[in-house]
Amino acid sequence: MIKFYSGNIACAEGAIAAGCRFFAGYPITPSTEIAEHMALRLPQVGGIFIQMEDELASMAAILGASWGGMKAMTATSGPGLSLMQENIGLGAMTETPCVVVDVQRAGPSTGMPTLIGQADVMQARWGSHGDYEIIALSPSSPQECFDLTIKSFNLAEEYRVPVILLMDESVSHMSEKVIIPPKEKIKIVERKKPKVKPSEYLPFKADDYVPPMACAGEGYAVHVTGLTHDEKGYPQATSPEVQEKLVRRLCDKIRKNERKLRDIEEFEMEDAKLAIVSFGTTARSCKAAVKRARKRGYKVGLIRLRTIWPFADEYFEKIANEIKQFVVVEVNYGQIKLEVERCVGKKVHLLPKMGGEIHKPEEIYKKIKEVYNGN
Amino acid sequence: MEIEAETHPLDKYLRTDRIPHIWCPGCGLGTVLNCFLHALEESDIDLKNLAIVSGIGCTGRVAGYLNVDSYHTTHGRAIPFATGLKLANPKLKVVVFSGDGDLFAIGGNHFIHAARRNIDMTVICVNNYNYGMTGGQLGPTTPLEAKTTTSPYGNVEHPFNLCHVAAASGAVYVARWTALHVRRLKESMKEALNKKGFTFIEVIASCPTTYGRRNKMPTGLDTMRYYKEKSVIKHGIDPSEADIEIGGDIIVGKFVDIEKPTFDEILKKLEEKIK
Repeated sequence: MIKFYSGNIACAEGAIAAGCRFFAGYPITPSTEIAEHMALRLPQVGGIFIQMEDELASMAAILGASWGGMKAMTATSGPGLSLMQENIGLGAMTETPCVVVDVQRAGPSTGMPTLIGQADVMQARWGSHGDYEIIALSPSSPQECFDLTIKSFNLAEEYRVPVILLMDESVSHMSEKVIIPPKEKIKIVERKKPKVKPSEYLPFKADDYVPPMACAGEGYAVHVTGLTHDEKGYPQATSPEVQEKLVRRLCDKIRKNERKLRDIEEFEMEDAKLAIVSFGTTARSCKAAVKRARKRGYKVGLIRLRTIWPFADEYFEKIANEIKQFVVVEVNYGQIKLEVERCVGKKVHLLPKMGGEIHKPEEIYKKIKEVYNGN
Repeated sequence: MEIEAETHPLDKYLRTDRIPHIWCPGCGLGTVLNCFLHALEESDIDLKNLAIVSGIGCTGRVAGYLNVDSYHTTHGRAIPFATGLKLANPKLKVVVFSGDGDLFAIGGNHFIHAARRNIDMTVICVNNYNYGMTGGQLGPTTPLEAKTTTSPYGNVEHPFNLCHVAAASGAVYVARWTALHVRRLKESMKEALNKKGFTFIEVIASCPTTYGRRNKMPTGLDTMRYYKEKSVIKHGIDPSEADIEIGGDIIVGKFVDIEKPTFDEILKKLEEKIK
């Protein structure tokens, strides 16, 4: 089936295709169309839409719904994501599968509500307190808004972690062709369930980093707490040993699977000496600039990050020597640039924008020429 | 007659491997929990489908002692978490057990909106007039002039009348008791558990360690004597007339018991309509 969807609508349709049956949200530009479309669609498929009183409540409600056995999502923008952070931490600590869509606008604070920003990259990763890991994906087209929303749900279920879909205002409001595959062609992942009797079940014991999950009403009488807890789920808030084991596992279940979670599109990278690194809408301008530069003989390629977090450390470490120069293009003042620099161990060039507009291909082309020719 | 038993008849409701609990001597929470267990015992609640949700604080620890699906969430967010839980699995009987600070200061906005929507859940608020877990700071129910660590010269804030807030926000059942009224409290808990819609019970409970000893009630027993002397039962009274003041009467009773369609009932009807 071929549809003509905006990124926001494609995201909502992707959620429904992934099996999302619970949405709690609070209106905020530029994400509101996701909530509106979920309000329209969920009652048609037996799902529940609720508009909460704020983003704190929205995030808490999707965690509750996930423990009630449903796949659940919320959608917001930067200020709302800030309000959700404490409960994103609860989601990480209690290993609750859920999807948080952040349609990024320009910040800080109220900033530019109707225009693009890509400056929530670090907020997505570090926004809640304490050591934890989440997964964040970034789509560059309405098609990817559909596909990566499904992927977000699958990863949330597989890893029992909040997954943040880092969209941006431009991708959310652009409309393009979106191919909706037939239902049977869409891969859907469900959370692992316990196979033992309730008396033998340890709700936070994981053999392969991710424990099986018993939801409310399934007879397992599980205790779930944001306090440091043992494998039984019981609070052990004064035991450094329990803390050590738990937090290491919560982080390692993502860190140790970075290669599996890695999702990078390479464009013209085979013989590239200079690599552009970008993501989201910005990567589209980068692609146009790379094409132009290639025509003029520059050995330039594009590395487009579809998975932002966990960061592809190993990938960048490996290519650090082959690639002479890296240029990061992003609508912020150098968030991904810091990550690339950390991995490649040399100075990385940055072409930032503070927000409100996307890069023009000619600006990027100019930067390529400058860096390539050493000016 | 000698009574011999290996276990207490209410042990089945508890995670006995987590006892002893963390509450102080003289705290009202044990009494309130005991009333709740008796209410469960005398109701036909299927434990498999009972879920307890708590926020943070002394009362927030209730969830961890009950041997059912129990969720100890973030400060103030028990009600929206419970909202998601209940809507995702309508078979559940969802009870929110939390304190006055958790439910009415940091979580106050969620309380009024869940009541307005008439989400089918029971909220039990143990009101001990202060933040006990953090050592006795003033809270949204601390009476005017009461001494706490953050009102060392006496509280200058007007307190909330929780039952008035609940009734005005749309709760279909509103009652107030003290931890002295164990039988009446248990009966109210049974009524609330068996009623559909947003039901609310305020339990005024002693906190000798961090509140009582700063306010001339240094033991739990002193507080109980005070409740006995000051409590006046007035069923059906307009809860706006049941403010709590230092030295004044504590008006208790069942104030509201009305019928109203719940959020999920209305949603279900809507779903039928659009099919």
